Amino acid sequence: MFNLYITALKSLAVKETNRYLRIWVQTLVPPVITTSLYFVIFGNLIGGRIGQMDGFSYMEFIVPGLIMMSVITSSYSNVASSFFSQKFQKNIEELLIAPVPTHVIIWGFVIGGLGRSILVGTLVTLISLFFVPLHVFSWFIVIVTLLMTAILFSLAGLLNGIFAQSFDDVSIVPTFVLQPLTYLGGVFYAISMLPPVWQAISKINPIVYMISGFRYGFLGTIDVPIGLSMGILVLFIVVLYSVCWYLIDRGRGLRS
Amino acid sequence: MTNALEIKDLKKVYATGVEALRGIDLTVVAGDFYALLGPNGAGKSTTIGIITSLVNKTSGTVKVFGYDIDTDLVRAKQQIGLVPQEFNFNPFETVEQIVVNQAGYYGVPRKEALKRSEKYLKQSDLWEKRHVRARMLSGGMKRRLMIARALMHEPRLLILDEPTAGVDIELRREMWDFLRKLNENGTTIILTTHYLEEAEMLCRNIGIIQTGEVIENTSMKNLLAKLQFETFIFDLAPYEKEPVITGYQSIFEDQLTLAVEVERNQGINDLFEQFSAQGIQVLSMRNKSNRLEELFLKITEEKR
Ligand SMILES: Nc1ncnc2c1ncn2[C@@H]1O[C@H](COP(=O)(O)OP(=O)(O)OP(=O)(O)O)[C@@H](O)[C@H]1O
Ligand SMILES: [Mg+2]
Repeated sequence: MFNLYITALKSLAVKETNRYLRIWVQTLVPPVITTSLYFVIFGNLIGGRIGQMDGFSYMEFIVPGLIMMSVITSSYSNVASSFFSQKFQKNIEELLIAPVPTHVIIWGFVIGGLGRSILVGTLVTLISLFFVPLHVFSWFIVIVTLLMTAILFSLAGLLNGIFAQSFDDVSIVPTFVLQPLTYLGGVFYAISMLPPVWQAISKINPIVYMISGFRYGFLGTIDVPIGLSMGILVLFIVVLYSVCWYLIDRGRGLRS
Repeated sequence: MTNALEIKDLKKVYATGVEALRGIDLTVVAGDFYALLGPNGAGKSTTIGIITSLVNKTSGTVKVFGYDIDTDLVRAKQQIGLVPQEFNFNPFETVEQIVVNQAGYYGVPRKEALKRSEKYLKQSDLWEKRHVRARMLSGGMKRRLMIARALMHEPRLLILDEPTAGVDIELRREMWDFLRKLNENGTTIILTTHYLEEAEMLCRNIGIIQTGEVIENTSMKNLLAKLQFETFIFDLAPYEKEPVITGYQSIFEDQLTLAVEVERNQGINDLFEQFSAQGIQVLSMRNKSNRLEELFLKITEEKR
C-alpha cells in the first residue's frame, strides 16, 4: 500500500513540476526581474547612501529579505493557482476518484510550491552575486528556514485554493495580505530600528520571524531569537497542514 | 459470484435542496454490460458521482465488487474506471502526460504506465497524438482520451457517463465495437445514455431512472417486449375521399398526416394494400421518432 502511495505522490509531484516549468515565463521570470530591480534601486543606487546596518552594507542586509520575499510569493501563488485551476478545469477529479490519500494530495501540491520557490530563490541568490559577495553565517539555518517557509506558504496557498471560487480570489490574499505583511516584515529594515510601539505591533506579523531567522542564517544578526522563529514556523505549518487536511478530506468545495 | 455493483436505498439531497436521488436500488452482476437510461436531470450522473467519490451521498450503501465505499474506499476505488460526462483533463497537458499520471495515481509505476499508454493509446487511435496537448484534439479524440485514461489501471468495472454524446455515427460504431470487445474480455461496463437504440445495441441489462427513482431494472429483452407496437406516420398526397383503415389503430394528426399504430409482428403490407385500394398515394413514411418516450409513457402508465 505504501509503495502505491509513493508512486501516486511521484506522479502528482511530476505533474506539478511540469506545470510551473511549462509556464516558466509566468512563474520563474517575474520574481527574478522584480528582485533584480530591487537590487539595483535599493541596494545599489539608494543603499550606497544609507550606510551600515548592523555592521553590513545595506545591500548585504536586504539580500536575505529579498530572497525570502520571492520564496514566499512563489510558493504561495504556485499552490494557490495550481489547486484552483485544477478545480476550475475539473481535473482535480482525476485525483478525487483515485485511491490517493489526502496526505498525498497535500504533499504533492507542497512539493510543487517547494520546487518552484527553491528554483526562484536560487535564481535570485545568483543574481545577488552580481552586486555583493555571498555571506553565509550558517548553511543549516539558511536551508532549514528556507524549506520551512516554503512549506508554510505552500500550505497557505493551498488553503487559499481550497476556498477560492474565482481567479480573483487567488490574487486577493497575495495583494492585500501577503505583500503588505512581507514589506512590513523587515525586508528593507531591521525591526529594532522601529519605535517600541511599532516593534510590538510588528511582532504579531509572522513574516517578521521568518525573515529574521533567514537573515540570521546569512548574517548572524537577529531581530528575534532564532528558537522563536523556528517555533513559529513549526506552529504555523502544523496548524495549516491540519486545516488543509480536514477541508480536503471533507471535500470542501470539491465534492457536492 | 460477487456483484460488480450493489446499490441499496441510495439517497441524495444537494445543498441546494434538490432531491436528486430518492432511494434507488441497483444491482449489476460481474461481467454485465449494463445501461442506465433516463431523461435529463434524472439522476444518472449523481448516481455515478456517488459511486466514484465525486459526490457525497446523503444515505444508503454502495458496494463495488463487494467493497463498501464507506469502509473499504481504497479498494472500491481501485476497481473502477470512470469516463465522466464532461471533459475533465488538464487541456494544457499532453495526451501521454494525462494517461501516465492518472495511472500513477493508482500506483502504476511510471515505466509500466508508459508501456500501457502505448497499448491503450494505440487502441484509441491516439498514439500519433501522444505529444499533442489535449486542447488541440477534436471532440471525438477527447472522448477517446478519457476512455484510454480510465483503462490505464485496468479496472474491473468501467463506468461511462454518456460516452457517445457529440460523437459522429462512424466513431460511435467504433466505440461500440471497442466497448463490446472490452466487455467480452471480462470488464464489467455500465454506461448511461439518452438513446434506447444505444442501450439496445450494446447492453444485456438495463435500469431506467426518472426523477431520482429507478422505475425499471430488467433485461434488455424483457424491456423490448414491452414495446409491442410502433407508431408510423404517413404523409399523404391530397385525396378526394378520406381513407378508412381497418385492422389498425389510426388517427389523423392533420388532414394529410396519418398516424398508425402497428403491433409487433403485424407487418405493414396490408396497410399499403388498403391505401392502394382506396387510391391513396403515400408520399413518405417515418417512424414516430421517440421510442424512448413511448417506453416511458408505457412504464409510468403501468406504475399508476
Ligand atoms: N452539483 C449540484 N448541485 C445541485 N444540484 C445538482 C448538482 N448536480 C446535479 N444537480 C441536480 O440533480 C438532479 C440530477 O442531476 P444529474 O446530473 O444526476 O442528472 P442526469 O441524469 O445525469 O442528467 P443528464 O442526462 O442531463 O446528464 C438535477 O435536478 C440537477 O439539477
Ligand atoms: Mg448526466
